[in-house]
Amino acid sequence: MVRLRGPLVAWALTLVLLAVSTVTMIAFQDKGFVPVKPGETGQETLPATPLVFVAYAFVWVALLGYVVLLWRRLGRVERELDQVRAKLQGRT
Amino acid sequence: MKQLPPLLLVIAALMFMRAPFLIDAVRYESTMGLVQKIFYFHVPAAITTFTSVFVCGIASVIYLVRRTRTADHVAVAAAELAVLFGAIVLVTGPLWARKAWGVWWTWGDARLVMTFVMWMVFVAYLLLRRFGGPGSEVLAAVAGIFGTVLVPFVYWSVNYWRTVHPQTTVIKTLPPDMSYVLSWCIYTFLVLYAALLMIRTRLEAGRATLDDAFLALED
Amino acid sequence: MTSVLRAAWLIARKDLRVEARNREIAYTTLFFAMACVLVFAFAFVVEGQPLADAAAGILWVAVTFSGTLALGRAFERERQSETLRALLLAPVERAAVYLGKLFSLLVLMIGVETITVPVIGVLFGAPLWRAPWLLASLVAAGTIGFAGVGTLFAAMLVRAQSRDVLLPVLLYPIVVPVIIAGVRGTAAIFAAEPDFAVAQSWLAMLIFFDAVFVTLALWVFGPVMSE
Repeated sequence: MVRLRGPLVAWALTLVLLAVSTVTMIAFQDKGFVPVKPGETGQETLPATPLVFVAYAFVWVALLGYVVLLWRRLGRVERELDQVRAKLQGRT
Repeated sequence: MKQLPPLLLVIAALMFMRAPFLIDAVRYESTMGLVQKIFYFHVPAAITTFTSVFVCGIASVIYLVRRTRTADHVAVAAAELAVLFGAIVLVTGPLWARKAWGVWWTWGDARLVMTFVMWMVFVAYLLLRRFGGPGSEVLAAVAGIFGTVLVPFVYWSVNYWRTVHPQTTVIKTLPPDMSYVLSWCIYTFLVLYAALLMIRTRLEAGRATLDDAFLALED
Repeated sequence: MTSVLRAAWLIARKDLRVEARNREIAYTTLFFAMACVLVFAFAFVVEGQPLADAAAGILWVAVTFSGTLALGRAFERERQSETLRALLLAPVERAAVYLGKLFSLLVLMIGVETITVPVIGVLFGAPLWRAPWLLASLVAAGTIGFAGVGTLFAAMLVRAQSRDVLLPVLLYPIVVPVIIAGVRGTAAIFAAEPDFAVAQSWLAMLIFFDAVFVTLALWVFGPVMSE
């Protein structure tokens, strides 16, 4: 099974992750929202719940769906590789 | 090392399981109420999208200059993930905007428009790889590089265009409890991204090996 | 450096000579631009009056669409006679091939615009003479940006499959800043209350875009075409 250039890629990715998250933390210092004070109520003109629900549902479905898709394709590729390798060895 | 992607996936899954509880427990924002909570997934998805764009750009440069196959595999994986996370941004954004601003879409928000343009660039990248025929890896690398260099230009041009439009959001400082939930979600998305990038790269490498093996079989 | 420019000029001159003989691309591109103006006029004229900024928008749409066609036709001609490979095998710098093709395309596109812009001025009552040099600079800078990226993409797609549709699919998102700057700059000049400072800012952005992306294209052209 093919391997990545392991440790180097892992370090590179870790660095990218750290860099991006640090930059984001700094960038988000002065962006944000004011939380509700206790006792304040608001006017509801458009129900927010379905919007929030659809948003989160989409995220979950998209991410899980992609992971499942990847897993399946990976399995299929590995199976076909084993088959082809067997054939090649059967020849020699 | 081979165990790293599944391990990262497990970590990401655990973090994802905690996220809804954090998001549910955090206070509402005063002007937008419940719908603002979409932001806790929308923003990390946006960060991940642009991280992936950046990764694709770098991998494309390496591939164009050195023609190492791993760089090409990483570039494809990163482009695909940019499209995936970009789609999440472009769906959650309008859902939030509909309630917060009253419209599904506004051309005045520089970040949404920029994400849309970048999404189109990387969909084009994937179409080129799929339908461009043999030799399209190098062409796609050029598309990846141009796409990444484009990011600041799209941002500046849409931003400058926007200054003629009325402001759509008023943004103030983020209090620590909300900042904590946001950070948690950002790290969650990035850990997941790292895992998906590795797995997708491995898939691409596997496909390349398979193609080589089929060719060897025909000889 | 001068040898590169000289080689580029030779290549451009070759293209322009070929084009001058039969003028196929020139005529078809020009009339396609007119056809675009016609079609979009129906979309953006309400009760006999063009919508605000319609003239600016239609101008740049016509430039984009006719430019895409010109790019495709120019490289199709190369592909059919296999002259692109001959050019790349020739002992000239790759950069010269890119610059030569770019220059001949620019001559073509600016020629088409020299007719299209006045026609739009007439059809939409757009005040072309308000700031002619600023307007000309905007159009020229935008054309250079579009053609700069377009020449590279069209050249690299010459041997790809589905190249006709892949060119606009790849090119248009990349030239979005050019379109925004071109349209908004032109609209600022044509508006009832013109804002020349805004138009100049957009021109500055176009020039910056051109500098960055033509340089990038020059750098990338060699590695990508060496197949």
